[in-house]
Amino acid sequence: MAYIKIDKEKCKGCLLCMTNCPKGLIIQDEEINIKGVRAVSFKNNSECTGCAFCALMCPDVCIEVYK
Amino acid sequence: MKITNKTSSTNQTSKALRKVFSLPASMRDVAMHYCSGCGHGIIHRLICEVIDELEIREKTIGVAPVGCAVLAYDYWNFDTTEASHGRPPAVATGIKRILPERIVFTYQGDGDLAAIGTAEIIHTANRGENITVIFVNNAVYGMTGGQMAPTTILGQKTETTPWGRDAQRDGFPLKISEMLALLSGVVYVERTAVNNAKNVLLTKKAIKKAFLNQIENKGFSLVEILSPCPTYWRMSPVEAVKWIETEMVKYYPLGVIKG
Repeated sequence: MAYIKIDKEKCKGCLLCMTNCPKGLIIQDEEINIKGVRAVSFKNNSECTGCAFCALMCPDVCIEVYK
Repeated sequence: MKITNKTSSTNQTSKALRKVFSLPASMRDVAMHYCSGCGHGIIHRLICEVIDELEIREKTIGVAPVGCAVLAYDYWNFDTTEASHGRPPAVATGIKRILPERIVFTYQGDGDLAAIGTAEIIHTANRGENITVIFVNNAVYGMTGGQMAPTTILGQKTETTPWGRDAQRDGFPLKISEMLALLSGVVYVERTAVNNAKNVLLTKKAIKKAFLNQIENKGFSLVEILSPCPTYWRMSPVEAVKWIETEMVKYYPLGVIKG
């Protein structure tokens, strides 16, 4: 049981977190954030293991992991 | 923290869970100017995490380069100075000799370290100065608009090599880490990458070792980090990290080169 928090206003939409999530729990938003990019969201369906691969790959340190 | 009111997810069991990953204390909570998918952000964070873990924030002095990371001092919450283009090893030498108890590191790109600053890095390494060098290799000049760097690999397209780098016309890519490893004054050289989660952890380990070498007064340590530049590689960030894995590591093999 774990989850992540994404700071959407800092997100630049590189999608490295999305491609590194082993469970595919991160998806790209349809709407844009204040930077004008499509940020990402966390699908909170309790499959998250808190491996932090997303946070390790995030170049803008937008992700906090809770475990 | 103020982050919570603008985050995306909520969880009713949140009080029971412990925060296991967040912004390191040595890093400022500001948006960085780097392009989407740039490796500098990851490497900045890893340095901050290592400094926090070693509890050396109060005595660390960083030397920022000229290049995309020229504004690194805006993101690091410890003492940082700025050097002329290519001269961070010379500035770091001066700081370390005057303040030997301080932990001094330079953060340099490939244009800074392997092009204009080649003389400084070679002589600093050869003198065996007790400093740590973080060398970020993205095989292109990022700040000036994507021109060919000494480290651009053969066949790579840049602004100044639009048909790909040709060895006959443009020379061969410079393997500066292998070159420096030959010098007697150098104690540790390792090449890592930030293209996936495993390599990010290995990079952190290498940075930590380079800082520990300095704390233990062993001498000159350098960590070369292969880092993506999606903007000037003309790729998406996801393609760029794949390109490191498929093309870049062929010419720049990862692993410990010395030490």
